Amino acid sequence: MNFYPIIWKELKLIRKKPWRFLASSLVMPLLYLVTFGWGLGRGMNVGGGTYLEFVLPGILALSAMNNSFGPVSTSLNISKLYTKTIEEVLVSPVSPWDIALGRTLSGLGRGLFSALMLVLVALATGVHLHYSVLFFVVLALTSFCFGAMGVAAAMLAHSHEDMANFNSFFIIPMSFLAGTFFSPDRLPQPFQSMIMVYPLTHASIVLRSLAAGNGPAMGSVLILAAYAAMFFYLAGRLVKKTA
Amino acid sequence: MINITNLTRYFGTLAAVNAVSFSVGKGEVFGLLGPNGAGKTTTIRMLTTLLKPSEGTALVAGYDVTTDPLEVRRAIGVVPQMLNLDIDLTCAENLEYHGRLHKMEPGDREARIEELLRFVGLWDKKDTPVEHLSGGMRRRLLIARGLMHRPQVVFMDEPTVGLDPQARRLIWGFLESLKRKGITILLTTHYIEEADALCDRVAILQTGRIIALDSPTVLKAGVGKYSIECLGRHDIPRKFFPTREEAIDASREVCEDIVVRESTLEDVFINLTGERIDT
Repeated sequence: MNFYPIIWKELKLIRKKPWRFLASSLVMPLLYLVTFGWGLGRGMNVGGGTYLEFVLPGILALSAMNNSFGPVSTSLNISKLYTKTIEEVLVSPVSPWDIALGRTLSGLGRGLFSALMLVLVALATGVHLHYSVLFFVVLALTSFCFGAMGVAAAMLAHSHEDMANFNSFFIIPMSFLAGTFFSPDRLPQPFQSMIMVYPLTHASIVLRSLAAGNGPAMGSVLILAAYAAMFFYLAGRLVKKTA
Repeated sequence: MINITNLTRYFGTLAAVNAVSFSVGKGEVFGLLGPNGAGKTTTIRMLTTLLKPSEGTALVAGYDVTTDPLEVRRAIGVVPQMLNLDIDLTCAENLEYHGRLHKMEPGDREARIEELLRFVGLWDKKDTPVEHLSGGMRRRLLIARGLMHRPQVVFMDEPTVGLDPQARRLIWGFLESLKRKGITILLTTHYIEEADALCDRVAILQTGRIIALDSPTVLKAGVGKYSIECLGRHDIPRKFFPTREEAIDASREVCEDIVVRESTLEDVFINLTGERIDT
């Protein structure tokens, strides 16, 4: 196992521009929080609680997704197609699985960090959820899942346009439809079944259940874990195919 | 150190490298010379495990590039044509990252970084981010990076492409000192003088095939040691002669403004293909 050098470089780059990292991690989730939580959702109640308490777990899942998938897929795509920096790693004795793991774990770190920052913002503004160790484990699993998806997507993309299309046709629809801002059971049945295909839907379901002080919705945990395993396997295979 | 047999790589139906075979001994500097599109970079990408061969076998440091890629990667250093350094990292950090990828011990890594940055004349820039370096400096850092983990074989793809003559001479100096240290080097180039000055043996490639392979001296002797050229006339074929006197005598019959000079590898290429190497 020699995946640490990949994480070492990520940490070096983050340490050089910490404010940029912090701002890019927080800007989108804060916008969602302000727009949908404090703006549109003010005064609304969902399932006996405020809309803000309802929407926050979904925004945390969304934040974990965006900050793991986005930076991992973008940097890997650029290094594969433009700067060719990935070739230094591909001609080193680091195995393809270690490359996939290093990149995925860096996505996990970024996703978890952005979610944690958002939790702190929410706590500071008086929004209290039931936070447990399991809640953060699920956030980590969500970040791992989308970090691995980022690696796989970047390795599949043959151009920057491919990457943009993946964002337009998969990530953005998932951001809005996967139960982040509303409960999936409010949709008509065919749409409900459709959005249950998204891994983000299951992350939101589990986090929402845990945040309400209930059990972890084991079905969704298992589906999320299965997606994480599948994306990581795909990521490793695709790196191996390139290496 | 390198043994390749009938190495072939297709892109669709096009054979970019077509049944290429050669061996490179320990401590030898071997050049792949040819025009753009001759198959030099494709060959080097197969030997550095970045591209899988379609046919044939290639052994580097005793390991098969197809079945044992990780062992090959442990044994090789690569200086790519593209300056694929991390521009946000400093010179020392770029080398440290490379050392970490190759699992070098921290103490060894630090010592090697200093040794190599001094070797390529960048020690005073060790804490400078790569984005602030000139093209020539980046090229020197790329060479240092390729040597960082003490590879048995170093692959250099067009190591001086895009550099001004002064920077090119400086890189040649580094390569000559590596040669004196007995490091095995395979380099690709389309610069005639580079192959002539640095390589023990040269394989000349055209459209994916080796059309000549020997030491520069033998290859040049094959066409005649001296050549005459008519100044300003490209319609008159070059002629080659074993001695300068014979060249001068013959030139009187060809045209008035002539140059008598020693033959080059480009003359070898023209003699074999009828084309200039840079066309």
